[in-house]
Amino acid sequence: MAVALDNPSNFMTTRLRQAINWGRKYSLWPLPFGTACCAIEFMSTVSSYNDISRFGAEAVRFSPRQSDLLLVAGTISYKQVPILKTIYAQMCEPKWVISMGACASTGGFYNNYSTLQGIDKIIPVDYYVAGCPPTPENLLSALVSLQDRVQNEGLVPSAERHQQVIR
Amino acid sequence: MSQKLVDSLKSEFGDKIVSVNNACGDESVSVHRDSLPAVLKYLKESESCEQLTDVIGVDYPDKAERFEVNYLLRSIANKSRINVKVAVEEGMDIPTVSDVYKSANWAEREVFDLYGVKFRNHPDLRRILCHHEFEGHALRKDYPIEQGQFLSTPEKLFDDIEYQGGAFRADEVECEENPFDLLNVNIGPSHPATHGALRIEVQLDGETIVNAKSEIGYLHRCFEKEAEDHTWALVMPYTDRLNYVSSMLNNCIYASSVEKLLGVEVPQRAQVIRVIVSELSRIIDHLVCICANLVDIGALTNYWYFYNIREGIYYDIIEPLCGSRLTTNYARIGGLSHDLFDGFEDAVEKHLNKMEAAIKEVTGLIARNRIFLDRTVGIGVLTTDEALNYGFTGPCLRATGLDYDVRKHAPYSGYEDYKFDIPVGENGDTRDRIMVRMEEMYQSASIIRQGIKKLTPGPITLDDASISLPPKESVYGSIEGVMNQFKLISEGIKVPAGEAYGFGEGANGELGFYCVSDGTGQPHRLKVRPPCFPIFSAFDEMIEGLMIADAIAILGSINIIAGELDR
Repeated sequence: MAVALDNPSNFMTTRLRQAINWGRKYSLWPLPFGTACCAIEFMSTVSSYNDISRFGAEAVRFSPRQSDLLLVAGTISYKQVPILKTIYAQMCEPKWVISMGACASTGGFYNNYSTLQGIDKIIPVDYYVAGCPPTPENLLSALVSLQDRVQNEGLVPSAERHQQVIR
Repeated sequence: MSQKLVDSLKSEFGDKIVSVNNACGDESVSVHRDSLPAVLKYLKESESCEQLTDVIGVDYPDKAERFEVNYLLRSIANKSRINVKVAVEEGMDIPTVSDVYKSANWAEREVFDLYGVKFRNHPDLRRILCHHEFEGHALRKDYPIEQGQFLSTPEKLFDDIEYQGGAFRADEVECEENPFDLLNVNIGPSHPATHGALRIEVQLDGETIVNAKSEIGYLHRCFEKEAEDHTWALVMPYTDRLNYVSSMLNNCIYASSVEKLLGVEVPQRAQVIRVIVSELSRIIDHLVCICANLVDIGALTNYWYFYNIREGIYYDIIEPLCGSRLTTNYARIGGLSHDLFDGFEDAVEKHLNKMEAAIKEVTGLIARNRIFLDRTVGIGVLTTDEALNYGFTGPCLRATGLDYDVRKHAPYSGYEDYKFDIPVGENGDTRDRIMVRMEEMYQSASIIRQGIKKLTPGPITLDDASISLPPKESVYGSIEGVMNQFKLISEGIKVPAGEAYGFGEGANGELGFYCVSDGTGQPHRLKVRPPCFPIFSAFDEMIEGLMIADAIAILGSINIIAGELDR
C-alpha cells in the first residue's frame, strides 16, 4: 500500500532512539523472582485493585528469555545466589532490574549467615524500592520512574549500562 | 491427662527414665538416648500418641552433654502431650525414630543441619535448610550469626545413576509400567506454580511422576538465630515474616507462648481483639490459598473475586489498625500495641458480608464444575493415619475426616467461649482441602461476629511494669517512666528461666513456639513449629504415581508458605 508522503498527516519525524525507547517503556515484561513477603505485594500490584496493566507491565512472564524486567521481590539467601545469577544471565537484551523491598536491596533486618546482604553484590540493579514490604503504590511509582529512565537513556546495551550502575 | 502418660512410662521403663519434669503444665521425661526408639514406639502403640509434633534441638555449651533433643508427642485421642528429652554429647549419635514416625525424617534432618547431631540409621541424613556446601552448624552458640557462606553450584537431588535414566534406557531405575527413558524435570525454585521458593525434582515416565524429591531452605532467613540475638519483644517483627499471609496469627500465638512462660494472662479485651484479628488473618490466608490454587488449575476468575476481598480487608481494616498491610507487628507480650480504631466494627461487618457473597459466587463457579472436579477429586488422597504419621495439622488433616483443631482441643485466648463448628472432609483429596477452607471462612466470620459482641471497654495491656511498656505520658512526664522504658527496651523482658511450648491454630495448622529462657532478656532458644514443614515432607509421597499437572494442584491445596517452611 502506497502512502502519500506529501500529506503531512501521514508521517511524523522523531529520533530512532526515542521511538524505540517509547515502545520499550510501555511494554516492560516483568519476571517476578518472588521469594517472600514482597511477592505477595507484587500479587496485589498485578491484581485488579492496583492493576499494573495501566502502565503496560502486566504481561508477567516466568521465563527469563521472554522478559525484560527482572523484579527481585523478597529475601535472597545464599542458596538462591547461583539461581538468581543464572536467571539474570538468561535474560535477553535489553534488560532492567528492580530490587523490591529491604531484603533484596540490603538484606533488610536479616543480617545473618543465610541472607545475601543486597542483590547488587551479584547482579546490577537499576532501581531500588524501599519498604518491608513496599506497598503496591510504592512499586508502581518505581515502575513509572524506571519508565522515565528507559525513555531518556540512549540505545545503550544493558551490559554497558549495568557496568555504569555498578560503578 | 499427661500425668497418666508419665506414670505409664515409669511403670514400663523404670530405671531407663533419667528424670521427670513438669514446667508450665507440660510434662517432660528424660530418657537415655539408646532407649529412645523403644520409648517412642511404646508411646505410639500403647498410649495412642499418634503424632510426633516436632523435634527440637537445644545447645547448652556449658554442659558435658552439650545438646538436648526434645521430641514433642501428642495423643489426639486422649488430648494429652508429652515431651521426651534426650541429652547427647558432641560426636555421639542418637538412634533415629523416622521408622516410628514419618514426621521425624525431616525434623531430624533439621536438627542435624543446624546442630550437627547425628542420627544413627537415618535414611537420608542430608542438610535441609542450609545449602550443601555450608560448613559448620549454624545454630550452635559458637557459630557467629553474621558469617555467611556463598554457594557455587546447586545441589543435585538425584545421584548420577538416577540422572542417567534421563539419558539412557533406564535399566537401573525402577520403572515398572514402561521401561523406556525417564525424563528428569526440575521444578523451581523460581517457578510460577511453586508460590515461593521451593524446588522439586521429578523423574517422569511420559507425564507420570515416578520419583520425586523436594528441596527446601531457599528462604531460610534464620528466624531462630535472629531470635537468640534479640530480646523477647524484638522478636515480634520477625514473626510477621514467618507466614506473611496471616501475620496477625503469628503475632498472637508468639505473644501467648511467651506469656505462658511468664505465667501471665492478658486482659479480657486484649484476648477478644486477638481472637478477632486472628480470625481475620485466617480468612485472608484461606482466601489467598484458595484463589492461588484455583489459578493453578485454570480458574482465573475466582482469583479476582477472592483477591479483591482480601485487598479490601487490608486497606480498610488491617492498615488503619496497625499501619501496615502485610507485616503487622500488632500483638505485644502482655497485650496489644494499639486499641481498635473508631468504626472498626462497621468495617469488619461490611467486609464479612462481601466475603460471604464472594464465597457464594466462587462456590457457584466451582462446586459442580466438571473441570474442577476432574482436577481435584481423588487427587492427592491421604488417609487420616498417614496424615497423622506425617505430622499434619490444620485444614489438611481435617480434610481427611479428623476433627482436630487446637482451638477446640486446647483452647487458648478464650476460644472455649465461642460457638463454632470444625468442618471436616471425607476423602482427604485436593477438593476436600479446598472445601474445608471455604467452610472455615464461614466459621471464622461467625467467631468474629461473636467477638465483636463480647468487646467491652477495658485495658489492652497488662498492668505490669516488668512486662508492658509504660504509657507515653508517663515516659515523657516522669523519671520512673523513662527508666522503665529504657530498661525494658535495652535489657528486654526478663522471662524466668525455664521452657514452655506454646501453640495455637495457625491458618495452615498448629503453629507452635518452643521457648527456652535462661532468665536473661533474650531467648536461649526459640523454635518455631511451622505447620507447613511436616506437610511438605509428605509431598514427595503424595505426588508419586500422579500426573505432573496433579502435583501443581496438590501443591496449591496444601498451601506451602516458604517463609514459614524455611523460617
